[in-house]
Amino acid sequence: MSETRIKTCVTVNGQSVEREIPARQHLVDFLREDLGLTGSHLGCEHGVCGACQVMVDGQVVRGCLTLAAQTDGRRVDTVEGLSDNGELAALQQAFLEHNAFQCGYCSSGMLLTALHIVRNHPQADRDEIRDLISGNYCRCTGYHAIVDAIETVLRGAGSALAQAKHNGGSR
Amino acid sequence: MKAPNFDYVRAGSVQQAIDELVARGDSAQILAGGQSLMAMLNLRLSTPSCLIDIAGVPGLREIEQVGKTVRIGAMVTHAQLQQSALIADQVPLLAQTVPHVAHLAIRNSGTIGGSLALADPAAEYPAVAVALQANILLQGPRGARSVAADAFFEGFYRTARQPDEILVGVEFPIAPAGRRVHFDELSRRRGDYAMVGLAAALDFDGARITAARLAYLAAGERPVLARQAMAALVGTSADDKAIQAAQQALDADLDPPGDLQADPATKKHLARVLLGRCIQQLRQAT
Amino acid sequence: MNAPNLTPVVAEDNRVAKPADTAATTRYIGQSVPRSGARKLLQGRGAYLDDIRVPRLGHVVFVRSPHAHARIVSLNLDAARKQPGIIAAVDGRALAEYCTPWIGVLGHLKGIKSAEQHAIAIDRACWQGEAVAAIVAETRRQAEDALDHVQVEWDVLPAVTDMRASLAGEQVIHPQLGDNICFHRELVTEGFDEAFASADLVLEKTYDFARHTGVTNEPRAILADYNPAEHSITVYHATQAPNMMQDIFSRHLGIPESSVRVVCKDVGGSFGIKVHVYADEMATAALSVMLRRPVKFIADRMESFLTDIHAREHTAKVRIACTKDGDILGFDLDDLTGIGPYSVYPRTSGIEGNQVVNLTGGPYKHKQYRANLDVVFTNKNVTCQYRAVGHPIAVALTEGIVDEAARALKMDPAEFRRRNLIADDAYPYTFPSGLKFEKLSHHQCLDKLLAAMDYDGLRAEQAQLREKGIHRGIGLAAMIEVTNPSPAFYGVGGARISAQDGATIRLDPAGMINVLVSVTEQGQGTEAVFTQIAATAVGVGVDKVRVVTGDTAITPYGGGTWASRGAGIGGEAVLQAGKALKSNILDIAAAILSQDKATLDVRNDQVVDRATGEHKMPLSELGRVAYFRPDTLPMNFQSELTVTRHYTPREYGFTFTNGIQASLVEVDLDTGFVKLLKHWCVEDCGTVINPMLVDEQIRGGIVQGIGAALFEECVYDESGQLQNGTMADYLVPMSAEMPDIEVGHVETPTRTSELGAKGAGEAGTAGAPAAIMNAINDALAPFGANVAAQPFTPQRILRALGKV
Repeated sequence: MSETRIKTCVTVNGQSVEREIPARQHLVDFLREDLGLTGSHLGCEHGVCGACQVMVDGQVVRGCLTLAAQTDGRRVDTVEGLSDNGELAALQQAFLEHNAFQCGYCSSGMLLTALHIVRNHPQADRDEIRDLISGNYCRCTGYHAIVDAIETVLRGAGSALAQAKHNGGSR
Repeated sequence: MKAPNFDYVRAGSVQQAIDELVARGDSAQILAGGQSLMAMLNLRLSTPSCLIDIAGVPGLREIEQVGKTVRIGAMVTHAQLQQSALIADQVPLLAQTVPHVAHLAIRNSGTIGGSLALADPAAEYPAVAVALQANILLQGPRGARSVAADAFFEGFYRTARQPDEILVGVEFPIAPAGRRVHFDELSRRRGDYAMVGLAAALDFDGARITAARLAYLAAGERPVLARQAMAALVGTSADDKAIQAAQQALDADLDPPGDLQADPATKKHLARVLLGRCIQQLRQAT
Repeated sequence: MNAPNLTPVVAEDNRVAKPADTAATTRYIGQSVPRSGARKLLQGRGAYLDDIRVPRLGHVVFVRSPHAHARIVSLNLDAARKQPGIIAAVDGRALAEYCTPWIGVLGHLKGIKSAEQHAIAIDRACWQGEAVAAIVAETRRQAEDALDHVQVEWDVLPAVTDMRASLAGEQVIHPQLGDNICFHRELVTEGFDEAFASADLVLEKTYDFARHTGVTNEPRAILADYNPAEHSITVYHATQAPNMMQDIFSRHLGIPESSVRVVCKDVGGSFGIKVHVYADEMATAALSVMLRRPVKFIADRMESFLTDIHAREHTAKVRIACTKDGDILGFDLDDLTGIGPYSVYPRTSGIEGNQVVNLTGGPYKHKQYRANLDVVFTNKNVTCQYRAVGHPIAVALTEGIVDEAARALKMDPAEFRRRNLIADDAYPYTFPSGLKFEKLSHHQCLDKLLAAMDYDGLRAEQAQLREKGIHRGIGLAAMIEVTNPSPAFYGVGGARISAQDGATIRLDPAGMINVLVSVTEQGQGTEAVFTQIAATAVGVGVDKVRVVTGDTAITPYGGGTWASRGAGIGGEAVLQAGKALKSNILDIAAAILSQDKATLDVRNDQVVDRATGEHKMPLSELGRVAYFRPDTLPMNFQSELTVTRHYTPREYGFTFTNGIQASLVEVDLDTGFVKLLKHWCVEDCGTVINPMLVDEQIRGGIVQGIGAALFEECVYDESGQLQNGTMADYLVPMSAEMPDIEVGHVETPTRTSELGAKGAGEAGTAGAPAAIMNAINDALAPFGANVAAQPFTPQRILRALGKV
């Protein structure tokens, strides 16, 4: 049979998008190939590494395990959108200051998990942080600096710049 | 690793989903959360002719008390279970289990219905359903029916659900007074498939165990009810002697296949260790 | 070489150089400056290879052998060619007309042999996953759909999968080679036999190491774009060594070297995985030439497990000879390692074993050594250099048997090491395997480590907790590490792999510094390190520096990134170029200001009076004059604001670093699970340019080593089928099981360069498995239990304890 296509209307980073897409196309391929949003990455395509994470209706999901068609009528936020609207600013500054990234391939997914932690687990200690990021594979850093960076944001510590951005960016 | 082509239907009702299943035959599959199905599709381990997306079907996302049971709709996600006060109060074994399921992002999308219907031998909920004697709710062209968990899980990714039926929910009996529950599993890393896991429900009358349900996961092709071990505990006060007897009895209950992480002897040993730790934990609790 | 005249400024506490501060000081060596140039990676705005968009791009997937060893009886691509979106379907024979084969051997590994390998296999597949045909389509998914329509008939052949069986040679994979031995090496010191015969204590143990792999987050990626009008090719390649690949594409595709351009975009991790020549990547480039259009290949995760180089499959018997007082007299090593069916090109698959021979016993002052190495072919995936090449094996063997000796002699393991580590003032030193050490600091590092971890306190606590049935273990691992290699590593063997690197530095008219360097970036912070060095050398703020790497059409010719050489070799080139540029700037300033050059300096983006610091002119003004108003300068004066310098290490074959690690674990005796409580590393990599970056390299390396020790293994069955080719079944370290890792530094600069920097990228991985193993065995010691086969899984620990 020829490739099944389905009409999908989705809001991506605040912008309404309507396309007829292959039913089998997963969300990350749709974002990367159709919309040019290459900030979400493919590391395994079977839901284990977390490099593909995006937010759907405010929840972190594995983009590779989500059909683009499943986002019909829903809201998708990617690392690019969450960078532009300042939601990730405090975390990004902390990641920079602690060198909580090296090659950067896991970073978009890792930052989204970190944002979830900041929003939902503000009292998390180091062990809990490690537990919450345990679904994000990083081969470069060994995780220690990532935990440091997230802890810094949770404790409200860090540079004045980070503090100001954190306050300004929260909604 | 791109999925093969398939037809795709957004079902607007349970009836529509059933009609599609009937029309399209055996190789059509229900798409719930997709956390297991999508991985299999990307790996091309599965080639369904059609996916029937039931995300838009109303009435499948409720958690509600219905008489002496808690009914959970098939599309309730792991995250919703984790956040539900009703589950924490009335089905505590399930609440204890959810944090062991995969990782954060998977829990936001994956569903209890999907997990029960897939019946992965290493999955957590089937064992919990067996331990608590839950009832699985199905609907199909021949009507609605309810299947006891004991009878529902038949084998390796095989359940009593017919190809033209949809799993629409599950009912857990509300815990009686005197029940103590414990879930634990041993896995190489947080969120991994369990090497072996145990869902335990013990009913106490004072210090005495009056009933015991011990359901193991990752110890066979389906959840294994460790009947001899259970029998060794009933009537005792879960003292060390009783625990040892139960651990010994486990030998007759379990015949686990080996896998990449552990051979059968190791799995049996770990199952014994889990049992000991679980019962010790439960005799402390109130 | 002159003694270094740049005093390292080591910032102990200053983790961050805040923007405001950088104006006040322009000396960045030793400061933890954040990688501002990498900020884009945190916004999802990097540009990895798969992010590139190119018109008329074809995507290639490969028909891969399902068998470990099989002859291709027939291969029919007709039906596949007719599928929607298919551009071409090509077999090995057709592609051989566009790409010549290769053999992975080098002259300095005496006797090494291997068979010819093609870009796509012809006639026979020799490992499960080897490509036997290529399908190019408009989209990846269409190419994968077409795979179902390929018809292949196989004649399955016996597979050689066991190393010992391979060595015995009943089944020879390449009959023309006579046996399965890729490389054999022996060495023995004079006096060895006597030393072992007369020793008070001789212990023997066999250690096994499971093969494992890199699992880079970004898979292997290549996009080749052939231009038929020019007979030129641009290859976007996630590679560590673009000039090496430029040479290889040129020679094997028949395109002049200068018409081959290799461009590295952002790379999502490499660790050595991406420094080798892969048949499917060569095939991709050849397909672009054949089809006269761009072709892209991205390995998916299953392909990665099947075909990314594996490493470290060894079984090694080691013996140690000691006096009864605890002096090590010598080591005896028998190492057998199983590689794939081909030695990988161009660095060969003999190097890893060769390193094990070179490095066993490394930190110690014994004089006697015997080693025997056999590197044998098997019908499993190919293997080659992977982060810390050979070191993890050598260190585990050495540190493992050293702990055994300490236990046998009832000596504390730290004291036993103290007694035997080469003294800090014994240098230069020649090691029994022939290695030459410039200057190491074993004792300083040991002292610092024991203090940092409160060794005595941990031992006391261990004893107390044992009474309560809690079993903790402390494991130490001392090591040496190869860095900054000279041509001794590859060049002398005939490989066209450069051991030198270059930096071109330029002052732009607006006063910013542009630096092109031949070393590449995969996330370790190479570009940040060069930014700091250039800024320091010239006298500007780090915000005024831009670094460009990874484009053979633009950057100088050099070796790229491997063997922990980036900071030490590339950094020195940047330093020298920066100093030369500063000198040229001052020549211009002297001409503009009519002042003696010796009275001037460049500081904080300004030309200043050297004695008073008075600002004379901003560099932007000097740039304006030099570029746009040279008519105002003296008649015979020519400005030169672009300078190139190259550097290669000459005096030593390798610049060795040293370090020591410690692991604290708790073993659950009932489940066999190991909890990692803490990890320490004190390392000496010479001048530390950015402590934060070094710490992160060490930590990341340690976690990679922990992966090998506890989790990672490529599991093959007897018939050569990979059993765990997904990330659900191949277990990489995730955050919840990893400990916090404390890193300390000692700095012994190398005198072979002005910068004094040695390498730091691999040391973590070299020592971690040994530290973990020793900690586990320390915990198990009261029970007479011991583990010696990696990974140390719960099952293995339970078996050692006799519980299963």
